Amino acid sequence: MSDTDSTLRAILQDVLGLSAERVTAFNASTGLFGDLPELDSMAVAGLLTEIEDRLDIVIEDDEVDGELLETYGNLLSFLEAKVAEKA
Amino acid sequence: MIARWPCPGPHGQSEEYAFAFDRGRMVRLLIVPPLFDEANRMRRMLVDAMRLLDEAGVDCFLPDLPGCNESLQEFPAQSLHGWRRAMAQAARHFGASDVLAVRGGALVFPNTLPGLMLEPAKGASILRQMLRARVISAREAGRQEDSSALLEIGRSEGLELAGWRCGASLIAGLETATAQIEGQRILGQSELGGGGLWLRAEPAAAPDQSAALAQIVLAEIAT
Repeated sequence: MSDTDSTLRAILQDVLGLSAERVTAFNASTGLFGDLPELDSMAVAGLLTEIEDRLDIVIEDDEVDGELLETYGNLLSFLEAKVAEKA
Repeated sequence: MIARWPCPGPHGQSEEYAFAFDRGRMVRLLIVPPLFDEANRMRRMLVDAMRLLDEAGVDCFLPDLPGCNESLQEFPAQSLHGWRRAMAQAARHFGASDVLAVRGGALVFPNTLPGLMLEPAKGASILRQMLRARVISAREAGRQEDSSALLEIGRSEGLELAGWRCGASLIAGLETATAQIEGQRILGQSELGGGGLWLRAEPAAAPDQSAALAQIVLAEIAT
């Protein structure tokens, strides 16, 4: 598991208040926005802001769309690309 | 449990509530709550910590920020400056000896009091997150909005963000505000264990965090 992967799981655990076991079981096709009722627009905004802080990246408004947040895999690959860009 | 305090407002003096344990003891802790939704998400944890502090012999006071909770003041009339004045007034009224400011509460706490701040938040981060929530929900509804254009409107006319009708002065204040820390101890979430409750999508209790917070506050204000 990449650092970005484990950071993202830790953030989702904090935001959703889930157990470590449940979050560890997330895979690339686990649905996020739309599948997890607690993930409303305010929670998504909090999630993205926390991701920016912990990964030290900036996510632009126009990068945030339904597809990005559709699944765990989509979000993770977007973030891994962002982190790689920074390096 | 519910105390009242006189508070200066844009239309003169008003009465505000505070959740309080007041038994006339020496150590009197003012808790300045987080701003906006974070206050709801963290309230149960803070109130549970207050119960433990009460049992340990500490009086504590959690005032409403004017315009929030039971307050009769209008939210759009609020500003960081106004909240700062209100919290200073609450500290005077309750004879606070110490302060605990939580997250955005660190932007408006009376910094002449000794004490702690839990994960102080920058005004700009709070604002950015609420702007982002607005842009995301607009997009869901099929409208295109842009953070920087919204901010421009907010600065001159005020703006509704996450259901809060923020006045122009509140928006302008948040843009640049940082915690004015004067020797108060900064307390990190890692010291409480678990994830920060302000991040939670839904409000929840966290008895372990309440216990850790009460213990740290006691150790800090007893020394």
